[in-house]
Amino acid sequence: MTTTSVPSSESWLEVAPLQARDALLGLLPESLHWIASSVLAIAVLVGAFGLMFAYLTLAERKLLGRIQNRPGPNRTGWAGLLQPFADAVKALTKEDIVPRDADKVLHALAPVSLVALSLIGLAVIPFGRHLVAIELDAAVLYFFAAGAATELSIFMAGWASRNKYSLLAAMRALAQLISYEVPLLLSVVPVVLVAGTLSTTAIVAAQGGWAAGFWPHWHVLTPWGFSAFCLFMIAALAESNRSPFDLPEAESELIAGHLTEYSGFKYALFFMAEYFGMAALSAMAVTLFLGGWQAPLGWLEVLPSYVWFAAKLLALLAGFIWIRATFPRLRIDQLTRLAWKFLVPMALLNLANAAFWSLTAGWSGPLQAVRWAVSLAAVVVPFLLLSRSLFSGLGPRVYRYAPS
Amino acid sequence: MFDANPAASPSARVRKVEPSSFGFQPSSVPPPAGGGGDLLEISLGPHHPSTHGVFRMNVVLDGETVVRLKPVFGYLHRNHEKLGEGTSYLGSMPYTDRLDYLNSMTNNWAYAIAVEKLAGLTVPERAEYVRVILAELTRLLNHTCLAGFLMQDCGCSGTPLMYAFRERERILDLFESLSGSRMMCNYQRFGGCRVDPTPAWLAAVAQLVDRYGPFLDEFEELLTGNEIIMARTQGVGRLPAALAVNAGVTGPMLRASGVGHDLRKVDGYGVYPRLNFRVPVGDHGDVYDRYMVRVLEMRESISLLRQALAALPGGPVLDPKAKQRGLRPKAGEAYGRIEGPKGEIGFYLVSDGTANPYRYRVRPPSFVNLTVLEDLCLGHTVADAVIILGSIDIVLGEVDR
Repeated sequence: MTTTSVPSSESWLEVAPLQARDALLGLLPESLHWIASSVLAIAVLVGAFGLMFAYLTLAERKLLGRIQNRPGPNRTGWAGLLQPFADAVKALTKEDIVPRDADKVLHALAPVSLVALSLIGLAVIPFGRHLVAIELDAAVLYFFAAGAATELSIFMAGWASRNKYSLLAAMRALAQLISYEVPLLLSVVPVVLVAGTLSTTAIVAAQGGWAAGFWPHWHVLTPWGFSAFCLFMIAALAESNRSPFDLPEAESELIAGHLTEYSGFKYALFFMAEYFGMAALSAMAVTLFLGGWQAPLGWLEVLPSYVWFAAKLLALLAGFIWIRATFPRLRIDQLTRLAWKFLVPMALLNLANAAFWSLTAGWSGPLQAVRWAVSLAAVVVPFLLLSRSLFSGLGPRVYRYAPS
Repeated sequence: MFDANPAASPSARVRKVEPSSFGFQPSSVPPPAGGGGDLLEISLGPHHPSTHGVFRMNVVLDGETVVRLKPVFGYLHRNHEKLGEGTSYLGSMPYTDRLDYLNSMTNNWAYAIAVEKLAGLTVPERAEYVRVILAELTRLLNHTCLAGFLMQDCGCSGTPLMYAFRERERILDLFESLSGSRMMCNYQRFGGCRVDPTPAWLAAVAQLVDRYGPFLDEFEELLTGNEIIMARTQGVGRLPAALAVNAGVTGPMLRASGVGHDLRKVDGYGVYPRLNFRVPVGDHGDVYDRYMVRVLEMRESISLLRQALAALPGGPVLDPKAKQRGLRPKAGEAYGRIEGPKGEIGFYLVSDGTANPYRYRVRPPSFVNLTVLEDLCLGHTVADAVIILGSIDIVLGEVDR
């Protein structure tokens, strides 16, 4: 946590986490404060996101169940609320099977490194007005470097298992990594360009305030920002191996992909990493596009900033689950085609659009309307053209009936 | 596994796995002979989530592209046809349930027709209508399940499957209340049906028929126009009409390839000539056409059910003179076939005048349709092979018998 002094003008809920930290640190000698502060930040992050992971699995199963006309888990505890803990006990007590020919070191290392790499991205996310574990000047860069490394862990798992399904999954994971890292980063560049900084706290600060008193300065509420947000979320789905881009673990083709040879707690670790990754990318999306911890309206600031952040984060995660419940999976060639022929050109055009937006920041009055119109056109026209070319040759068909 | 002539075939590049060192070692795959990548031989099944039972596809992959495919089956072989020779005519009726366990009603019907031909039995009018009602309910059941499973193979996380199973349950409930069993109905008898449906049961069918159209609308709205579904299924697994006819493919798969062959029209068995229905035909013969032809057939089935329910006459449902136990048809042979949901399901019986058939042979649509699998899959990716298999619509109980 940052060691800024507590401002006195804010509500006690806003500053309560800082006061709790200061109270705890006060119990220790001054010379240990720096390490205690770090350990505390790590403990809070792992604890909060660990618990969120547990209940996100439950929420996912419940939501999937409701979407599919079934109740979802409802036997363990009240309305199934203890289900995650039952699952954890089950995963821990299961036999851990390692294939005889597997590379045992890599096989064990893969889930651990995946969880670690998925977690470290969370360090630079500002979860509240004063809640950021590390303030880095190049936080955005750091975050995506950590995120890109997760695919290597999946490759590691696929390769070390010595299983053909796992190997195919590893191949797919790498193809996906190379394809989707580009649009993911390109969709972030406009935000960096407009905000003029790589620091996450500064990017959130740049989205503060309201135009005309009610229209937040969130990036998603501009044409280029909305486009970049959609591109980011699509690429994030692919980066976190979620449906419809869950090709590395495509259960109808590759059994469980890179997870085929994992069991017990290692398997649970993969799941944990998937949810951490999903949460980290969603948290980044909230930070970059949805105004971070900022409240949507001024009078709503009565709620502390971290509540707003959590609400936005959970909304995005619910979106992930909803998408999983409704979309079929793409094929590997269609996946890469979508990335290179649609997402990358859209992101590049969007970059120019964002440059135009920041150049015309001074325009006002009728010119402001021109600015919006040009920017909107720069999003909608390429979208229509590119998506049409993506689906050329496909479409609904008319069927005839045999003459009787 | 594939190499008749190792020097000439591309499978010469396939690494042979010794049983003693079954572990896969990527580094030991030999370098490609003439361009192209290394080949990977992979066994999809028999314990694979998408082979619809204990079916196995030995696939040779170049990257993700299928260059060879060999179907392996027989894991569920139960000696069905030989058992039929040692069982009385009536005793085989419940065994036919276990062939294609989704469609026991139509299996029963085809077998009953074969025996009726052999023994020269007539079927009361009411029974013919009841058989049409049950056959069309079975068609709804089968096609609904197929659509759900196909979407599952496409990677939907269970949602279309659950919607399909919700409707399937309603039909199974009807079967249960009529025959006492959900899937193994054992309902048809020689010269009619085992139980007379009650007015309450017929009202329940009418109710189901009324809500099936809206269900199909919902299902189609969610899936038929979905861009990913279209991208995944259109142009994938094309079956040319000539190949389909030569291979003996029947049912919706044949009609999706543009051949309007439907035994309900061709043979005109039962009371089908008196009912109005159309036979949908596809033009491309790909997975999407096979899906759509089945959806359109379901809509025709709804109309058939309405007509059959409206025209259902009174009277007995089973010819009282028809002998069931100890039936000894005169020596001779007969082939009874109907248009099952998966294609032509036929039973060939030879009688030598005793209580057991001398020869009992099944013509299973799943098995015959499956023979074109390799032709459909070559050049497509492994993900496509899975949905092509799904679109063929097999049940292993019938393939292996």
